[in-house]
Amino acid sequence: MTATESSAVKATTGVPFTLNGQELHAEEGELLIEACDKNGVHIPRFCYHKRMESVGMCRMCIVEVDTGRGPALQPSCMLTVTPEMKVETESEATKDAQDGVLELLLANHPLDCPVCDKGGECPLQDNAFAYGPGESRFVEEKRHFEKPIPISDLVKLDRERCILCDRCTRFASDVAGDSLIHFIDRGSSTQVNTFPDHPFASYYSGNTVQICPVGALTAAPYRFKARPWDLTGSPSTATVDSSGSRVLVQSSQDKVVRIQGVDSDAVNWGWLSDKERFIYEANVSEDRILQPMRRAVDGSLEPMRWNDALKQTSEALGKKAAAIGGARLTLEAQHVWQKVLADEFSVVSYDASLGDDVSADVVDSLPKATYDWAFNAGSVVVVVGQDLKEILPSIYLRLRGVVKDGSVELVEFNYKSGSLAKLARKSVQSRPGELAKDVKQAFTATPGERSSDLNCLVDTDKPLTVIFSRPNVAESADYLTEALQVIQSVRPDAHFLPAFRRGNTVGAQLAGLTPGVREVATEDEIIVEQVAVVGRPTAEILQEAANGEVETLLLLGADPISDFPDKALAEAALDAVNTVIAVDCFENPSVASANVILPVAMYGEVNGHFVNSEGRLSPLGARVTAPGLVRSDLEIAASLAKTAPQSNSDAQSSLETSHMLGSEPIAWDLLELSSEGARIKTPTKPIQRVKADVPTVADGLRLVIGNKLWDQGTIVENSRTLAGLCETFKVRINPADADRFGLTAGAEIVVKNAKATASVPFITDSSVAEGVLWAPANVRGFDPRSFVTFSESVCYVEVSAGEQK
Amino acid sequence: MSRLTSAAVIEAEEIIARYPRKKSALIPLLHLAQAQDGYVADDAMEHIAELLDITPVEVLGTCSFYEMFKREPVGKYLVNICTNISCQLMGGEELLHHAEKTLGIKSGGTTEDGMFTIEDVECIAACTEAPCMQVNYRYAGRLDEVRFDKIVSEIREGKLAIPAHGNLGDVKQHIPQERESGIKPPEQTEAPAWFVRRMSESESEVTINANK
Ligand code: SF4
Ligand code: FES
Ligand code: FES
Repeated sequence: MTATESSAVKATTGVPFTLNGQELHAEEGELLIEACDKNGVHIPRFCYHKRMESVGMCRMCIVEVDTGRGPALQPSCMLTVTPEMKVETESEATKDAQDGVLELLLANHPLDCPVCDKGGECPLQDNAFAYGPGESRFVEEKRHFEKPIPISDLVKLDRERCILCDRCTRFASDVAGDSLIHFIDRGSSTQVNTFPDHPFASYYSGNTVQICPVGALTAAPYRFKARPWDLTGSPSTATVDSSGSRVLVQSSQDKVVRIQGVDSDAVNWGWLSDKERFIYEANVSEDRILQPMRRAVDGSLEPMRWNDALKQTSEALGKKAAAIGGARLTLEAQHVWQKVLADEFSVVSYDASLGDDVSADVVDSLPKATYDWAFNAGSVVVVVGQDLKEILPSIYLRLRGVVKDGSVELVEFNYKSGSLAKLARKSVQSRPGELAKDVKQAFTATPGERSSDLNCLVDTDKPLTVIFSRPNVAESADYLTEALQVIQSVRPDAHFLPAFRRGNTVGAQLAGLTPGVREVATEDEIIVEQVAVVGRPTAEILQEAANGEVETLLLLGADPISDFPDKALAEAALDAVNTVIAVDCFENPSVASANVILPVAMYGEVNGHFVNSEGRLSPLGARVTAPGLVRSDLEIAASLAKTAPQSNSDAQSSLETSHMLGSEPIAWDLLELSSEGARIKTPTKPIQRVKADVPTVADGLRLVIGNKLWDQGTIVENSRTLAGLCETFKVRINPADADRFGLTAGAEIVVKNAKATASVPFITDSSVAEGVLWAPANVRGFDPRSFVTFSESVCYVEVSAGEQK
Repeated sequence: MSRLTSAAVIEAEEIIARYPRKKSALIPLLHLAQAQDGYVADDAMEHIAELLDITPVEVLGTCSFYEMFKREPVGKYLVNICTNISCQLMGGEELLHHAEKTLGIKSGGTTEDGMFTIEDVECIAACTEAPCMQVNYRYAGRLDEVRFDKIVSEIREGKLAIPAHGNLGDVKQHIPQERESGIKPPEQTEAPAWFVRRMSESESEVTINANK
């Protein structure tokens, strides 16, 4: 596009300036490099990055600028446009400067482009070609460093290639808050490095690879896997959590080899967590199940044909059946599964969630916020529940950004302070059973009693968003629900944002795959029919199964033994049912008791749609063909419909229509369209008020089971590089409690209650509330759910000093 | 080698208290660590990071920027021999070779008894005294082989009182009370007296931001 063609959209007000002889306008305070971008004039750059503060490190963006004192060379990424500024980006002087900068940058840069992963998509290569002198006058030996050194399990650093642009280090310290890489030494020995034995163990390390303008940082899973010109990509959405980060899934030779973050203004700003970025490795895991399997009498698995597998499944579903899981499927698959289960097989017990998340009904009843709404300057964000960094890591970065620059005030309520506790107005430590009480206290105290840091909670001039997640699976979910209701009654204007652990939980809700009250639409209004209760919570399903009242249990990518809060109940349930059918891609503790396994397609192998926490609809792109005899969820559900005894519904046709988003399951008038895509306006329904039990008071500590980003989830465990990132089990106790119980650091402690006794390693951690024993869910070594009884609202454990090692 | 001793931690806390932002105490604390061990040990850097609420690599970034912070043990006496132009013309390189020969080590090395480390350095701003050197940053100028040998033997015999390497941190800052600005972040600090004076003298209309 030439400059004249784009003039139609050019600003006509603002700061007037001249760019290469053209009279233009820039916004007040706009950086020159941005103003040039907007006007179709590209200035080469390395260190400037739209989502980070400019530092003027590389000098590549130098242009000739005259502000009335004569022309001078200035870095355009450090200069705001001032009135009557005259800018020349094509002048002799500018070109000379560009030549010089590139010649110097290349003075020490190795010429290993042919073996460099970045070659072909390298800004240094491109700029040298487009703006460089073409030749170097340097004949001296270049500087040498040891070729790539691992700076973490995921990232390798080749210091010879680094041009010291400060992007990776700026990202680490300013954006991620994990200042674990830094410039070391000085002059021509300056290098990026870590502290000895303190690796770059950040949840966000992969972003540095994506923004490095040269091939200095490379990701272990992608190294030497493909050349950029071989890659083809599909826009898609990350599904490992419910943040809905936009991604580009890239493949070469029909294998997913890389996932890059896409800069979406409304969602993830280009950043991804390493889980979102590297999850594709599981697709090619050797342990993946590639054909239908049945369990032989001796317990081993043997292959079977799809027809037999479907027939057996269909027969089993015809008996007293229940289904668990489905929160990670595409919206289309969720819709079709719901139809097939409910209409074809008359299954009434199904739940996409596993009793370890916030219940769909609660979420349905609350007015929703978008990320943009929540993080708008001048608002207040209240985080109730877990550390956002562990459950919605890419959104955590946006929250961190606005809290750090002071434009948003943060108050958190939790049992273990989150990663932003230091930047928060206030971090309120609560205890299981007391969350609602403490939230109420904070919101309703008289101004005199309330700490002034909490005044923002009741300041109705400031929009309030509550980001909430299930704080603890070892206590009743009612405490959270009650806490949310308290907030809603004090601040009826508050908006809410659920932080679900599983990707497409909102999709499952929309598709009716979660239990709850459904709206029944009449001609012209929506009424709420209490009668239309569908589905059944996982807890009830498992209880019934354990009582022998369920014959068939269908697991839709679900692993209740690892995820359901009461492990013993999940095991008992899987033991008691006659037939377990697993639709999954790997064997996991629950699939291990499956009689039939239907192998299913994974991320990057299916098209469809995803609905994130905000209700934002985004596409899932199929980039590669599913291997082996694997089929997609949609196909499996639809072929089951054909085998169903009373084939009377429209599951088949919904299979066809759901390829495009048709009238079902989402009505177009429920969609709110913007340039960032569609968002589903979920209608707010009234909710039955919950009054949680007053917790019994007992000796000992209250157990909290929280989540870590890296756990033994099936997909992480089957990703070669990610599997090693899961930590080993240790509990955390407030130092005051450790003193009280006479626990010495370094020794193991004995934790026990009526259900279990275990000797486990522990550390003291002042971020854990007093009176709480904090244990990570589903990590290596020990499973704290052995202490949990689902029917008890708070789980107490006793601790005592163990054997000295 | 080691983390800061408890005595050093007390001193560190005093130093930290002088600054509105903890992080500002980084360089004084690095001196403290160097005074303790003769060099800045990795463990000491980790300890400093804990005291200042920053990450160890941020400490390393600053520490490694400055040549005078040593990250490996050096001798008790650090001998810096200048080989830059003025000294070179006056025999600086020959002096370096002589030093290497008599002490039996190469530049950068440390004698076996841990007494001396030799380094060749760039201009140390004493060109009028060329050729010159520093021993633990104490200057010696107009050197020749004889004078060099004399200094070395006097140090060995204990006749020349030069504190062991790492003593720079002992030089304590002293700010007279009337010039103290107190411990406030810069934006809350009052404008310095000279600035206020000048502004009132010139009757300028420029507002003094710092005073708001
Ligand atoms: S490693 Fe890459 S991103 Fe980091 S400073 Fe060097 S060139 Fe820039
Ligand atoms: S892009 Fe402006 S100095 Fe690097
Ligand atoms: S050249 Fe040796 S002191 Fe200046």
